[in-house]
Amino acid sequence: MITQPQTEAPVSPVPAGDPTGQQVSWRHRHLLDVDALDTAEIERLLQSTAAMEEVLQRRVARTPALRGITVVTLFYEASTRTRASFELAGKILGADVINLSAKGSSVEKGESLIDTVRTIGAIGADIVVMRHPQAGAPYLAARHSTARIINAGDGTHAHPTQALLDAYTLQKALGDLQDKRICIVGDIKHSRVARSNLWTLTRLGATVTLVAPQSLLPPGLNQNHPLGLPAVRIDDDLDRALEDADAVIALRLQRERAAGVQVPSLREYARRYQITRERLGLARENAPVLHPGPLNEGVEISPDVARGLQSEIERQVQHGVAVRMAVLYLLARGGA
Amino acid sequence: MSFVTSVTETEVLGARALQRTLVRISHEIVERHSEGAPPVLIGMRTRGVPLAERIAQSISHFASAPPPTGALDISLHRDDIPLRNATAPLRTSVLPAAIDDRVIVLVDDVLFTGRSIRAALDALIDYGRPAAIELAVLIDRGHRELPIRPDYIGKNLPTHREDEVLVRLAETDGRDEVVLRSRTPAASAQT
Repeated sequence: MITQPQTEAPVSPVPAGDPTGQQVSWRHRHLLDVDALDTAEIERLLQSTAAMEEVLQRRVARTPALRGITVVTLFYEASTRTRASFELAGKILGADVINLSAKGSSVEKGESLIDTVRTIGAIGADIVVMRHPQAGAPYLAARHSTARIINAGDGTHAHPTQALLDAYTLQKALGDLQDKRICIVGDIKHSRVARSNLWTLTRLGATVTLVAPQSLLPPGLNQNHPLGLPAVRIDDDLDRALEDADAVIALRLQRERAAGVQVPSLREYARRYQITRERLGLARENAPVLHPGPLNEGVEISPDVARGLQSEIERQVQHGVAVRMAVLYLLARGGA
Repeated sequence: MSFVTSVTETEVLGARALQRTLVRISHEIVERHSEGAPPVLIGMRTRGVPLAERIAQSISHFASAPPPTGALDISLHRDDIPLRNATAPLRTSVLPAAIDDRVIVLVDDVLFTGRSIRAALDALIDYGRPAAIELAVLIDRGHRELPIRPDYIGKNLPTHREDEVLVRLAETDGRDEVVLRSRTPAASAQT
């Protein structure tokens, strides 16, 4: 449990207006999507991620920073890397981690999301990491939860920690993302990763081009709606879009979300939208290739690119642990 | 009715005295480690880092090569964060490749309760097993809460618990000085 301050501990001498150790509280109780974060907050998260990555390289990669904190992962949908990396992140920081899935829990007996979240809070969870097939479910949970909520993917809406680890991976490969040209290719419509990527990358100053067939683009792009997505370029010709691209993010064709019926044939889709070695030659030299996984090899990405020198896919998974450590730390200890 | 508190600031070290103090600490470190590999100087973020760099620079005047330096962020090992929020940004620790069997000199600006040093010791042990860890501080202001004692002291400064010791360095604050800020209750203003 997070203990409330009883008495003010002696404050170590840090002068006000200190340029290097600015004392800034983290103002968010939950992490539901990146759209709630401003550029400075995204940068602070990425800077904390770098510090966490260093922790992972220590001989004993364990710290007591979240000692006494209980993290519950609550997954209503399948996941390998996200859940495992949240669990590992919590354990490395000294938190207790409990894994719950809809299967085998009271959810199967018909318990509502609100009741489940209230119960988990009553047990003493400080942070609930939640994945749900319904867009917006974590927002509903956050309204009824005493614990902090981290969205680990809600339907086709958002996947903030994936977007943050993508941004971190791109920053490490390319440096400052200001004015970098990033191509996101594939099933944008069903991709919560793409949506969260749009917020993160545009706030960091990158220019984003979406490449997909019309049927796999979400409605409401570039409509200048106050609740809409940030402005992006859209192209249905991958070769044209790849020219001079600084980086490529390939997305999985989400056949379980009916994307299969929205493309005429897999072969035709692969012919037009697969990231192949020849196509990658059109982009900037050594342009990094990202993919949030799991891969449909031979559909959106060719096996030689997925395992090639420009592939960042394995590093993305490694960065995923550090990003989730940073998010857990800031939510638990950041002061909100 | 409210109490008016007056704040007085006293200069403890000026720029030149501060630099002389660091040179003296460098001499003491060299004297104690005249044989064997030079110690590794590890500064504690934030202001211990430029202090460690300056001491290393000063040691390099009488050694063949400057001693290796590093920077340690102890945020993840603090014991007071559950009570106080971690509002300072987390920064990356940078340590020399291997600290096994080396003598380490931890460098910090102000030694107060000793809790930061406890956290630093815990963090260091996660990197390996040093031969020994010593402690150099610019100011020792007393009020220890843990059995921790510095090996190299720039200046002993008697303080009240509520006082603040402000260390400013050119690298982080634009100028070099150490100031003691004390709050003393003054007569409340007449109405």
